[in-house]
Amino acid sequence: MAVTLPAAALLPSAVEPSCYSRLTNEWICWQYLVDRQDELVDATVEHVLITIAAVAFAVVIAFPLALLARRYTRLESTILGVSTGLYTIPSLALFPLLVPFTGLTPTTVVIGLGLYALTILVRAMLAGLQSVPDDVRESATGLGYGRRRLLLRIELPLALPVMMAGLRVATVSTVALTTIGTLVSYGGLGNLIKDGVDTNFRAELFAAAVLCVVLAVVFDVLIVLMQRLLTPWTRGQPT
Amino acid sequence: MNVFADTWRYLTDPASWTGDNGMLSRLLEQLLLTGTALALAMLVGLPIALWLGHLGRGGFLAINISNVGRAIPTFALLALLVIADWPGTAEFGPYGRAGLATLIALMLFALPPIVTQSYVAVREVAGDVKEAARGMGMTGRQLFFRIELPLALPLVASGVRLALVQVWATATIAALVAGPGLGRIITDGFYRSNYPKGIAGAIVVALVALVLEVAAAYLQRLADPIRGSSPRGRALSGEGHTLLEAGTG
Repeated sequence: MAVTLPAAALLPSAVEPSCYSRLTNEWICWQYLVDRQDELVDATVEHVLITIAAVAFAVVIAFPLALLARRYTRLESTILGVSTGLYTIPSLALFPLLVPFTGLTPTTVVIGLGLYALTILVRAMLAGLQSVPDDVRESATGLGYGRRRLLLRIELPLALPVMMAGLRVATVSTVALTTIGTLVSYGGLGNLIKDGVDTNFRAELFAAAVLCVVLAVVFDVLIVLMQRLLTPWTRGQPT
Repeated sequence: MNVFADTWRYLTDPASWTGDNGMLSRLLEQLLLTGTALALAMLVGLPIALWLGHLGRGGFLAINISNVGRAIPTFALLALLVIADWPGTAEFGPYGRAGLATLIALMLFALPPIVTQSYVAVREVAGDVKEAARGMGMTGRQLFFRIELPLALPLVASGVRLALVQVWATATIAALVAGPGLGRIITDGFYRSNYPKGIAGAIVVALVALVLEVAAAYLQRLADPIRGSSPRGRALSGEGHTLLEAGTG
């Protein structure tokens, strides 16, 4: 009796990492989250940084392109055509095509993902600018608004809802696509997914996959909140 | 740059195209995968979406399936399927290693654009047209087959076209879990530091993607019953493009 009791009490701690070991390979494993906390945080941070950099890069390029496409209608089909063509190229093929220029660096992933987000954003921005009613634009011109002020004070705020819808789509897709960056070993959570496949590690794979979806949802909610703050006048109206 | 010369050499070397792991057999494998997955997705998605559109119910679900699909990384889903007990990495007929897992993942990813576009397509048929059809004494079934379906066809076709390109892109990702398809050429090249091979694979994948896109666009135009005379339909499908380019590949 006195011998068996401590043994029984010790047993759980002896096999402590019970849900991931050579013998057990469970999908959901809290112990994994605790033990590999640093790894998970690092991967998540990398994922977030790559996503933000890619979307920011896309916004910076897409906005002037959208303005150009609107101003010179002849350029419109070219700009939309080229960006859609880029979008057609699978991401796993786009990264290798960038590698000779940017090497195996995060830049490759950021540029590649940025090019995808660009397609969505150019279309959304153009659609947003075109959604501004002509008579609003005319009244503003009549009131003496110059081109620059018209854009910043009238058109941009009115185009914002459509543009933000595009930004949501672009950001959520970018979060998902970042995982492919693992090809050049900068895939954020994608690196963990890849490692999970290679080492048949279910807890790692599942945790990384769930975190990806959570990140996408968090980004989506943040953008919606941002839009509410930026366009207070649309509140209470059906969107 | 030297890499490009080597890539060209790899592309023009007949040896890289032939054999079991050559580019040609991988290309056929991926085309087969893409075709099968798209057909399965249409078989499952089209009837449900068109029927829901006809009834005017389940709109929330039909629209939001796209948003949900976008948030789930293809790679993660594929990885989960491959590591699970079923379907795992087993060989599956001509679809190669992890063929079943790849097919399931591809089918799931083709569903959202097909379902959402088809649902919207049927819903968008003008109300007065439907009312007129009912007034002429058409039954629900006649209304669907003679009015709604033909008018919805261009948008449905654009959904299928989106799905086709998306499935092709996704099929490439199967290589990240050592699955079938042309992506294998890319990953093999990368993991063995044979970059010319990786880049050559990428070029072939990208070219085929562009060819598929152009061919699908052509077919889509054929599916338009009132070709060239429907600016509204065109504008609609354009809009659908913006909202639905899900970017899962």
